[in-house]
Amino acid sequence: MSASFLFSQFMGGLTTAMFLFLIASGLSLVFGVMRIVNFAHGSFYMFGAYLAWQAMQWLHPSAERFWPAALFAALAVALLGALVERLLLRHLYGLDELYQLLLTYALVLILGDAAKFIWGTGQLSVSTPPLLAGSIKIFGTTQPLYNLFILLIGPVIAFGGWLTLNRTGPGRLVRAAAYDREMLDALGADVGTLYTGMFAVASFLAGLSGALVTPIESIVPGMDVLIIVQAFIVVVIGGMGSLWGTFWGSVIYGQVLSFGILVFPSFSLFSVYALMGVILIVRPWGLFGRPL
Amino acid sequence: MARRSSTLAGRIPWTLIVFLAACTVPWLGSRYDTFLAAQIAIDALFAVSLNLLLGTTGLVSFGHVAYFGVGAYVCGILMKTYGMPFAVAFPAAGIGAGAFALISGFFCVRLTKLYFAMLTLAFSQIAWAIAYKWNAVTGGDQGLPEIPYPNLDWMGSIPGLGDLSEGARFYLLTLVLVAVSLAVMRHIIRSPFGRMLTTIRDNPERAAFIGLNVRAYQLAAFVVAGAFAGLAGALYGIFSRGVFADYVFWSKSAEVIIMAILGGMNYFWGPPVGALALVWLNQEITDYTQYWPFVLGSLLLVLLFVFPGGIVGGLVAGFRLARRRLVGRDA
Amino acid sequence: MLEVHELRKSFAGFVAVGGISLTVATRQIAAVIGPNGAGKSTFFNLITGHIRPDGGRIVLDGRDITGVSPHRICRMGVGHSFQRANIFARLSVFENLQASLLAHRGRGRNFWSRSENLYRDETEALLAAIGLEGQADTVAGTLSYGNQKQLELGIALASEPALLLLDEPTAGMSATETHETMRLLQRIAEERGLTLIFTEHDMEVVFSIAEKIAVLHQGRLLAEGSPAEVRRDPEVRRVYLGEQR
Repeated sequence: MSASFLFSQFMGGLTTAMFLFLIASGLSLVFGVMRIVNFAHGSFYMFGAYLAWQAMQWLHPSAERFWPAALFAALAVALLGALVERLLLRHLYGLDELYQLLLTYALVLILGDAAKFIWGTGQLSVSTPPLLAGSIKIFGTTQPLYNLFILLIGPVIAFGGWLTLNRTGPGRLVRAAAYDREMLDALGADVGTLYTGMFAVASFLAGLSGALVTPIESIVPGMDVLIIVQAFIVVVIGGMGSLWGTFWGSVIYGQVLSFGILVFPSFSLFSVYALMGVILIVRPWGLFGRPL
Repeated sequence: MARRSSTLAGRIPWTLIVFLAACTVPWLGSRYDTFLAAQIAIDALFAVSLNLLLGTTGLVSFGHVAYFGVGAYVCGILMKTYGMPFAVAFPAAGIGAGAFALISGFFCVRLTKLYFAMLTLAFSQIAWAIAYKWNAVTGGDQGLPEIPYPNLDWMGSIPGLGDLSEGARFYLLTLVLVAVSLAVMRHIIRSPFGRMLTTIRDNPERAAFIGLNVRAYQLAAFVVAGAFAGLAGALYGIFSRGVFADYVFWSKSAEVIIMAILGGMNYFWGPPVGALALVWLNQEITDYTQYWPFVLGSLLLVLLFVFPGGIVGGLVAGFRLARRRLVGRDA
Repeated sequence: MLEVHELRKSFAGFVAVGGISLTVATRQIAAVIGPNGAGKSTFFNLITGHIRPDGGRIVLDGRDITGVSPHRICRMGVGHSFQRANIFARLSVFENLQASLLAHRGRGRNFWSRSENLYRDETEALLAAIGLEGQADTVAGTLSYGNQKQLELGIALASEPALLLLDEPTAGMSATETHETMRLLQRIAEERGLTLIFTEHDMEVVFSIAEKIAVLHQGRLLAEGSPAEVRRDPEVRRVYLGEQR
């Protein structure tokens, strides 16, 4: 087991982590403020991927059509999220959480089949954007430039998110809403729009993540379910509602996955759920969450 | 739960009628109909066991399929690998599932709401992963095909049953076992123990302050529900002639929750009605289209927004409305 | 009956209860008063075990109950009527009381009887005692606020407590209802030999019924004694001069 091999695994784990972080951050945000667990978040991710692919088909095969396509996908998914919140989710606030969960589960079923209907059941793929098509050698391993780009994006978004939440007006509102929705309402803040906005932002992140993953992984039906389970585990480890918790949770999860497979080949299947179980038993609020 | 009604509708022994009707299926219907009816009966038992948690105690479990699976595997392994008789394997399935429920439940009931749900899911997926990987015991991803039917020759001596196939005989046995299990669960729900569970559902804080150890009761409910789910799983394994890892996959947990809510989680007979509706719908829809998830999702949406009380809830509300109109005053 | 020694509880730096010592004799009717935020509800929740104290001791009838879980404290004979009506909303009034009786008599482990048949007479009696006979089959969540408070009291009484803690039993009631409720409480306390501790904002009620008054202010005990003594206490007058009633 050479150092460069270990480094390769390490980088692979980080890349996985950053993608997960993009999605899980939206999930954690929505849960932290709105107390909703959005199963359909994985479906938004999947739609981001499909829509990015679709946009690439529509655009001229010019050199840099990937970036507008990714942006389009993220925005379209944000719009989808806003519509879902406004038209459907909104009516179930105040009811038992079970109904909200079932609603998002229903969306998973519907969106999953919608994707199959529109794009079929085969694998689709997107080529790496020419701007980042190369690779560089670090520590004797070949690291694709695109992956390095992803490794940058994660912390940038994490930091940007932290800045927004802690230093801007709307960010403060969001944090206040997480503590006490009714109080905020009474103070005159438009909590309804705030919720829609946040849901849209979370969906944007999910869609963006889906779009950005396309050069690395193929787009297949079932990717929605695969990712949402992992996003849940990450959020549980890091702590629901904590941005940095989600970040570090993703990093830990990525490394566990990367190195765990070396130790036990059949590790991944059992271990990630065992990890989630252990955290829930020993420290349910995760590494950075608020104690229950 | 429903009181003894003084109306005409309340005095008809509906459950007996349904039971007798179900018994006639092997003669009146095809083999496929028997297959469907068995599926419905087993799913009904599974759904009612879940509703002991969901509707009676207010616990939302995402991992109920784990106990169904444990039951299926225990029964299947005992009968196939060890050649034990059904009379031993069947209760053992319930005990095994109940034991697993005791261990996992102990940790789960310490958490509330969403965290409870997620830990039940985690345990369920762990169970699935074990089933999938433990080749020596569970057959791994190949599972346990060719589970033998129990020895039902003794049924041949019952008049009228002599010329039935093995499958049909097992179907009748299944019906009886399901009916007895449902009767037992109904009795438990109506007992003081069940009443304590509903107080916990309505107000756990208050329940502690009428002297109830809330966690102990929740754990007890969890174990009972798990045990009956295990019995359902055992029947399913035999009836499907095999036990496979995907019996334990979480999508079945989602399916059984939907059955309970579709039928109406506030009524004892809601989940069985939901099981019937869902199995029947699945049959009809998958004949026409592969997009069953889409249909199921849309059905769920309609349920949530229009009929949160489920089918039985809607029927009960409808009857009350009709009675009021006919009688002219509050019934 | 009840002795509290140096009871303390803080929430994230905010001192809700800061070292309260108090004694209530058996069969005494005591009132705990104080402005909002004085720590009255926290004090009650500490005694009934809903919250664990940071320091101090609670002694019930000679037994140390500090840190004991709520359901065990209830079984030791402490009843708690909550400030916000804390009932079983989806059960009927009758079922609420019946369930409380079943729990108290230890029938919770009974799997085999039909719960609706047990303790019907006792439930009827309890219904009558709290004055809700006409509402037996009403779903508890649909009751009026006042009726819910009555039911609240009934549930607490079902556990046959020796010590009954009532958190603002007349909150939100009209003057007549308040009067009736307090009369009812007094009568029940006498009939059943209960020790009562209640909190109240209505000073008239407090001074007419309480045999002993404890005044809390900012988590501390300001004064303690008979109504006459408390009325004369200069500290109390200072704190309450602005109090509207």
